[in-house]
Amino acid sequence: MSDRLQGTVMFELLGIPPQALFGQLLLGLINGSFYALLSLGLAVIFGLLNIINFAHGAQYMMGAFVAWMLLNYVGVSYWWALLLVPLVVGVFGVVIERLMISRLYHLDHLYGLLLTFGLALIIQGLFRNQYGISGLPYQIPSQLAGGQNLGFMFLPNYRGWVIFASLVVCLSTWFIIEKTRLGAYLRAATENPTLVGAFGINVPRLITLTYGFGVALAALAGVLAAPIYSVNPNMGADLIIVVFAVVVIGGMGSILGSIITGFGLGLVEGLTRVFYPEGSAVVIFVIMAIVLLIKPAGLFGRPA
Amino acid sequence: MAVETGSPAIAEPVSHAANGMARHHLYIFAALLAFGLVAPFVLYPVFLMKVMCFALFACAFNLLLGYGGLLSFGHAAFFGSASYVSAHAAKVWGLTPELAVLTGTIAGALLGLAIGALAIRRQGIYFAMVTLAFAQMVFFFSLQAPFTGGEDGIQAVPRGSLLGLVDLSPDRTLYYFVLAVVFLGLLLIYRIIHSPFGQVLKAIRENEPRAVSLGYRVNRYKLAVFVMSATLAGLAGATKAIVFQLASLTDVYWTMSGEVVLMTLLGGMGTVFGPLVGAAVIVTMQNYLATFGAWVTIIQGCIFVLGVLLFREGIVGVLSKWVKKPL
Repeated sequence: MSDRLQGTVMFELLGIPPQALFGQLLLGLINGSFYALLSLGLAVIFGLLNIINFAHGAQYMMGAFVAWMLLNYVGVSYWWALLLVPLVVGVFGVVIERLMISRLYHLDHLYGLLLTFGLALIIQGLFRNQYGISGLPYQIPSQLAGGQNLGFMFLPNYRGWVIFASLVVCLSTWFIIEKTRLGAYLRAATENPTLVGAFGINVPRLITLTYGFGVALAALAGVLAAPIYSVNPNMGADLIIVVFAVVVIGGMGSILGSIITGFGLGLVEGLTRVFYPEGSAVVIFVIMAIVLLIKPAGLFGRPA
Repeated sequence: MAVETGSPAIAEPVSHAANGMARHHLYIFAALLAFGLVAPFVLYPVFLMKVMCFALFACAFNLLLGYGGLLSFGHAAFFGSASYVSAHAAKVWGLTPELAVLTGTIAGALLGLAIGALAIRRQGIYFAMVTLAFAQMVFFFSLQAPFTGGEDGIQAVPRGSLLGLVDLSPDRTLYYFVLAVVFLGLLLIYRIIHSPFGQVLKAIRENEPRAVSLGYRVNRYKLAVFVMSATLAGLAGATKAIVFQLASLTDVYWTMSGEVVLMTLLGGMGTVFGPLVGAAVIVTMQNYLATFGAWVTIIQGCIFVLGVLLFREGIVGVLSKWVKKPL
């Protein structure tokens, strides 16, 4: 059901255990890159809006599709797509927030979850109607074709790029939120929106932009994913549930925590695929159960 | 924690808890039963049975959401796994249908106990995410486990004969078996809601810290209602497996969890009869739109969005306001 990379292909290609091990660790890092990017976006949105953005997976899928459309209908290259797609999908997010989500802030947070779930169904349904479920190919950009032989393993350039790009984006987000003035406003508004508003900062606009930023992160992840996974209307649906588990394990209290948990769980999943392939689909959920038993607030979460 | 902070809570006279059923509820139940008895002569029995199974599923879900204030996004796990166990029991172990349904229901209860015990350690949004994640785990298990038949599911489940005596293969005979199961399930849910236990649940939903300060062991109540809800969802799933002679991955996938939330939201969460109405509307819609493929998903999404934005009381919630009585 899942479009995440299945390790078996690698396994047969390489055959030799150490190489298989590194191959799986690489796949784990790649999956981890997406877990980190997506859980980071969820955490940023949750921090300020107090809602769980169920449409996050659908917005990630939109990112991949918009990149595909830009390439195939307009001829916009991958590199421009990296810049344009988050903008386009982010603006879509801003519109959604203004038109719908902003009407729910005075209600129980669960309504936000239900609303974004409905949005996810609509978006996925529309794309499925238009493009079917077979998946569309997206060429790896020519600059990143080929790979490096590292001696102990073969590293395709594009995969190395995905890990690098994800790390850069995650750390920049951390930097913006923890080290800049804008981030300080954001953190202050998370703690006490009324007081921050009293200081003359436009909190509703801050909230809208934050949602747009979170959505843009999901879309960027979608562009990065397009050449690796086939571009498919369901590509975000199963992924987002795993990301929810990642978020529960890490706790949404800390930005760095989300990043570390995302990459770490990707690696654990990769290792599981080497040593116990049958368990790789559920290992993250099992870890979630253990974390709930031992530290219910999550590894980096603050106790409620 | 209160889920329907948006809709003014309809005050239910506490006296009902002590004196059995409110009169207008009695009338509605009687009318439902009367309708249920004649319906298969007018409408297609298999369709009716499908509606009933989903109605029970939605009411079980509503017990947790509407009265316990807990939004589970993983109820497909109980519905689906009970339907697998029931199908397996009927087909491979050769149990009679009532025992197969019972076995499936117990499976739902046990799974509910395991997942519930972990999930109630987190509140609110996290609770929803945890239940969703565990349900996905159950889905992957069902995909890989040897006895579930993977993508094929368990097909050609025998309907068998009730207590080994009454052959349930004719649709109409089976219909009355399902009617009995579902109706008793609904009465049980009604009883739970209007018991002292149900009153404590509502207190926890409205103000959890206060319930704690009054000396209630909140987590025990939450776990109890979670297990009850999972058990009844299991009963619905187990019955559905016998009706359709099939247990498949659809029943355990997250879309099914979403559908039951939708039925409850549309009908009116926290109302006695809302989920029934919601289930009837959604199942009918799926029946008529089945040929349109992805449009069903899109329409369901639109109902979600409109329901949350404009129509939070649901159909029965609005009706209940008109007649000024809790329904």
